[in-house]
Amino acid sequence: MSEKKLQMDQRIDVEEILQDLDQYRPRRRNWVWRTPAKDQHAGPFTYREISEPMGGESVGLMTAHYFDNIDPQPLPSITTEIASGRFEDDIRRMRMAAHHGADHIMVIRTAGQSHFDGLIEGTPQGIGGVPITRKQVRAQRKALDLIEDEVGRPINYHSYVSGVAGPEVAVMFAEEGVNGVHQDPQYNVIYRNINMIRSFVDACESKKLIAWAGMAQIDGAHNANATAREAWKVMPELMVQHAINAAFSASVGIDKKNVCLSTVPPTATPAPCVFMDLPYAVALRDLFTEYRMRAQMNTKYIESSTRDATVTHVLNMLISKLTSADIQSTITPDEGRNVPWHIYNIEACDTAKQTLLGLDGLMDMVELRKDGPLPEKVRELKERAVLFFEEILAVGGYFNAVEQGFFVDSGFYPERGGDGICREAAGGVGAGTVFKREADYMAPVTAHYGYNNVAQYDPNAVNDPASLIGGCTLEKPEKIVYIDELDEEDNVNVRMAETAKYRGKDCHTIKPEMEWLADGTVMLNMFFPTSKRVAEAAALEVARRMGLAEPEVISREIMQQAEGTRVEVKGKFCQDIDLDKLEIPEEPDVMSDEEIRADIERKPMVVVCGTVGDDEHSVGLREIIDIKHGGIEKYGIKVHYLGTSVPVEKLVNAAVELDADVIMASTIISHDDIHYKNIANIDRLAREMGVRDRVIFIAGGTQITPELAVENGADAGFGRGTKGVHDATFMVRRRRELEAAGKWPR
Amino acid sequence: MKRADDFESRREHLRNMSDEELKNYFWQLAQQVVDPLLEYGRTHTSPSIERSVLLRMGFSSLEAKPMVDQAIEHDLIGHGVGNIVYRLSKAENMSIRDAGAALAEGKLWDRAASLFEGGAQA
Repeated sequence: MSEKKLQMDQRIDVEEILQDLDQYRPRRRNWVWRTPAKDQHAGPFTYREISEPMGGESVGLMTAHYFDNIDPQPLPSITTEIASGRFEDDIRRMRMAAHHGADHIMVIRTAGQSHFDGLIEGTPQGIGGVPITRKQVRAQRKALDLIEDEVGRPINYHSYVSGVAGPEVAVMFAEEGVNGVHQDPQYNVIYRNINMIRSFVDACESKKLIAWAGMAQIDGAHNANATAREAWKVMPELMVQHAINAAFSASVGIDKKNVCLSTVPPTATPAPCVFMDLPYAVALRDLFTEYRMRAQMNTKYIESSTRDATVTHVLNMLISKLTSADIQSTITPDEGRNVPWHIYNIEACDTAKQTLLGLDGLMDMVELRKDGPLPEKVRELKERAVLFFEEILAVGGYFNAVEQGFFVDSGFYPERGGDGICREAAGGVGAGTVFKREADYMAPVTAHYGYNNVAQYDPNAVNDPASLIGGCTLEKPEKIVYIDELDEEDNVNVRMAETAKYRGKDCHTIKPEMEWLADGTVMLNMFFPTSKRVAEAAALEVARRMGLAEPEVISREIMQQAEGTRVEVKGKFCQDIDLDKLEIPEEPDVMSDEEIRADIERKPMVVVCGTVGDDEHSVGLREIIDIKHGGIEKYGIKVHYLGTSVPVEKLVNAAVELDADVIMASTIISHDDIHYKNIANIDRLAREMGVRDRVIFIAGGTQITPELAVENGADAGFGRGTKGVHDATFMVRRRRELEAAGKWPR
Repeated sequence: MKRADDFESRREHLRNMSDEELKNYFWQLAQQVVDPLLEYGRTHTSPSIERSVLLRMGFSSLEAKPMVDQAIEHDLIGHGVGNIVYRLSKAENMSIRDAGAALAEGKLWDRAASLFEGGAQA
């Protein structure tokens, strides 16, 4: 356990995380699944599929404030992938994601790590991911320990055991408390062109370590969706790939309950995707009853529109709900245009939480049909997969099948497009590096797969080979050799020194950011009434004139060819914001709806209002009073609305006649300070009629400055951005003051 | 290879299987595909596997790499590089760490090779 705790109002101290890393030991290594909540209630609602609530801090959905600020948590683990290239900045994003409901944090590896023959050490910067090293893993796991204490829920940490250094990475992960991994030798073979014999031999050792550590394992089949030309045709093959890795993993010794199929609904709109994807999802779950489902979202058909991506992902989760998901992965909606940004990781987590909660209990009300196209298609897919297996065996097994291009073919098996990925058993990265074990082969370590002649030294050590050396690092972590940095230039200390002024408790400088601390990146949304090419050029010009460096169009959508184009632009804001010079208006102090309502219930309140003078503006005042707009009527306040262009005399007279508690005057036109003159007139008239001290007088309007309204005789003034709750809070509070002063009831 | 969809004729022998039978058959075939791969893994090793053994024995990644590379050069990897370290430490009365460190520095390889002539010890 770490003795330090995170402070809610302070950023996580990455420098502190990096201190004493050589001494750090993970608190656990196994995956932790969510457990169904014993009490399926939150606020006023009953659920059917929520998990135990977070024991600490969290951020609920935007709309939670309408519902007692509840933050129920769906049953599947929720994944977010965070790997910006700088692991130190990813730590902050991990904390944000955890607060938004992610309990499975996946770190994508830097481009090229698959072909790196050994462990990478230190903390070099990555491209499209993070170089996975002992120091980086240790720092992030240590940070996640603090974060999981803060949110009150275990956070599973995850990366990849693939490439030519799989077994070494697996050892390091087992030592460092990584809880989940991608491991699938087929991924090496098909997508990384790593020698197939090497890949499967290595996978045996990797999986043995994964089993020993109790990690959850995810396969790589989803990549076929992303690679195949027509992803929906690859469904029979996907089941075969899943089964190969699942059977292989279980045979090596991984608990089937920790073997997860990475499954993606293959199709997306405008295809009728649910109709096409559902039979596949059902077939998969029928066949793989003993295994877990990691439901991934479709990335094959993603475009630059975050809205478009989000809809696809919600439809993907409908499939999850109609079938099942143990892990619901999320894809950031900006993946179609850049390496994911902070805000989109959070959006993706919220999209998952929102959708899964919204669909809670769905299958208690609807049922998948047992006749018609669904079962027919399910059966057909299973048979096609079985036929695929038969042909693999007919050609002499897996290696021969790969050599003959069986996989990622565009045909709907047994149809063949003849365009599958072919690999040679004697080719690829790492070819010729597999060696036969001699009769005296021996490895004095725990979690080692295969032939191991320990008996030659000590027959009693056969079940515990590591006892020959007094225990290996898995029993004695003090034997682990920790390497800090190997590169003097490319490391976290150098990077953090460059951004030092933007971090720390006493930092006085801030910059906008999307990926990395102080990267300056901002996004602009624009519409131009012109064609796409012209709009793009205009958008870049706007960004340049706004002073943004490196402007770049990241999305464009045609509204109508001539009428207009929507353009999103990113660029870098190159100045610092000095926090000491920042004018921060005081936050308006508002009462809760319940408190206001209770006070009105205690004693009714009558308001007379109107837009005064020669002024036909009505929208602003109606927003303040109408129950439809969340105005003060919703608290039970009785409102007499006199309309627009109301003479000030009429307003004050009505207040007297109706024995109103409040006069509310809206005054928008500000020419020649007429708005303040109106306020002064109302105040004067009320005094002349002897009612001023028994009535609350508030004035509002877009050009009203609160202080000037008060100077001119109102009890309070409300300017632009005011909501009903602000007026109501003032009225209730003012009435209480008058009561306390003995001036109320009148 | 290009081939038209011949599913209807190809599936003839599956047509009368129950869903349960089809599922069992699917897993039986899957196991048949992976069994030879598992056996190959049982009887073979690789540089990464050997480096992973050395990591577990308390060597760094920087030490493990030259140890395995030289074991391959000396045609000794089939005995297991951890085994080489272990046997050398016993023969020379050195600690595991010292024996491995020497090998990582390119020392004592001839001595190590001599310990493996004639295969497994009785």
